Amino acid sequence: MKNLVILGAGSAGTMMSNHLIKKLPKNWKITVVDKDKVHYYQPGFLFLPFDIYTEDQVKKPKKKFVPKGINYIEESIDRVSAEENLVYLESGQKLSFDVLIVATGSQIAPGEIDGMQGSGWHKDVFDFYTFEGSKNLRDYLRTWQGGKMVVHITEMPIKCPVAPLEFAFLADSYFKKKGMREKVEITYVTPLSGAFTKPTATKKLNYLLDEKNINIVSDFNVMQVDNENKKLVSYDDMKVPYDLLVTVPTNMGDTCIERSGLGDDLNFVPTNHHTLQSLEHNNIFVIGDATNVPASKAGSVAHFQAEVLTENILNFIQDKPLVPGFDGHANCFIETGNNKGMLIDFNYTQEPVDGTFPIPGIGPLKLLKESWFNHLGKMAFRWIYWNMLLKSIPIPFVKPKMSLKGKNIKTN
Amino acid sequence: MEKVIAGKTINVNEEGYLLDFDQWDKSIAEQIAIEEGIGELTDRHWAVVTWLQEQEKNKVALTIRKLGKSGVTDIKEFYALFPGGPLKKATKIAGIKKPVGCI
Repeated sequence: MKNLVILGAGSAGTMMSNHLIKKLPKNWKITVVDKDKVHYYQPGFLFLPFDIYTEDQVKKPKKKFVPKGINYIEESIDRVSAEENLVYLESGQKLSFDVLIVATGSQIAPGEIDGMQGSGWHKDVFDFYTFEGSKNLRDYLRTWQGGKMVVHITEMPIKCPVAPLEFAFLADSYFKKKGMREKVEITYVTPLSGAFTKPTATKKLNYLLDEKNINIVSDFNVMQVDNENKKLVSYDDMKVPYDLLVTVPTNMGDTCIERSGLGDDLNFVPTNHHTLQSLEHNNIFVIGDATNVPASKAGSVAHFQAEVLTENILNFIQDKPLVPGFDGHANCFIETGNNKGMLIDFNYTQEPVDGTFPIPGIGPLKLLKESWFNHLGKMAFRWIYWNMLLKSIPIPFVKPKMSLKGKNIKTN
Repeated sequence: MEKVIAGKTINVNEEGYLLDFDQWDKSIAEQIAIEEGIGELTDRHWAVVTWLQEQEKNKVALTIRKLGKSGVTDIKEFYALFPGGPLKKATKIAGIKKPVGCI
């Protein structure tokens, strides 16, 4: 018997278990380890604060999505010993592996910034990247009387890089609907050079910020959250005052990666950009947010990677060469508020441009352009996630490799 | 688009970042530094520029944090060397891409 062990039963780990149970030869045993009982639909954390989704709509039991025939262990991982081909669990149990898939994701690390997790944490300083943060923020917003709302990115990379901007857009809609928009000043604070950083998106989307009256503070690298004076303080001593701070803290890979000595300074695992094999260990593969590849940390990316990685796991166990099949493809809805949304489709080298998706020239979804239909797409996606994506049922017309068809690409 | 920098015709994007690192040389860096208001480049500036270029060569994503832990400089000094958007300016001078989000 050979052993394949998957660390993590989030989006990526669950998808891999559903692919591999059907494709691995019978003499392989698959084990999945995850300490958490609940599978969260993380895109829903964007909607929970605004009472658009309920708590029940964004969580289901993890076990439900891991297929029968898999040895599922609900326990914390202590560390991986790549030299011994062993995973040590916290209980002391050891799992030996022939092939290991790391799908341990990324999580917020507010402790990285002085004062972020201070006296204001979840009182007037919130994250919306955890269920708790998102829920607590919802409760706070229900009775908030207005003031300075600051939406803030600590440092890159972060999971779903566009989420904080969507949050600012949805906040504008939310306060308008409550009839209190004039009582709220929304400021978006980013370490990047602007809210938009790619040429086409900047040109086409800058109007959104004016339209929604969102102030931008760019090139802001936070050094400290001053809880007492309610200010963000940067390394060059700039200060941004807040009454309500909605921050995206530093994102880091799981601490078990650090304990295993497998990660970089943010605990992300150095990974081949195209084959998804670990750069240091041949029999270790990495998928989803856990990698250090310069793709977006997003569910769609994990979905595309899962198809490539499945092929490469099969290649690896048959001693065949790996395929450099992953091109950085991401496909993400962007909520822009007022029941409108956008879609972007891009990869390592192709920036998001306008066009139609998934059927070239027809759509029905529009790329890099606001529409009601795109918003419906985002809303429908929750069902697709629970019922198709996690179960690795193919989504019609959408392929792992990004297609250039239907995209308006400048050729200068 | 093309731009003449330090007497040489260079391919740059709309924001003035080099598109082809092979076209980069020290005189180009010095000229961009003046345009960005950094002035004359000292040994400290060059140490940062060289480090950034090495990271780019190894395809490592650039962050302020990495630079702070690099041993080349600390974040405070980095700001003092390249005031007002240090990573944005230093990458331009180094002839490499600025850090971006997804849109």
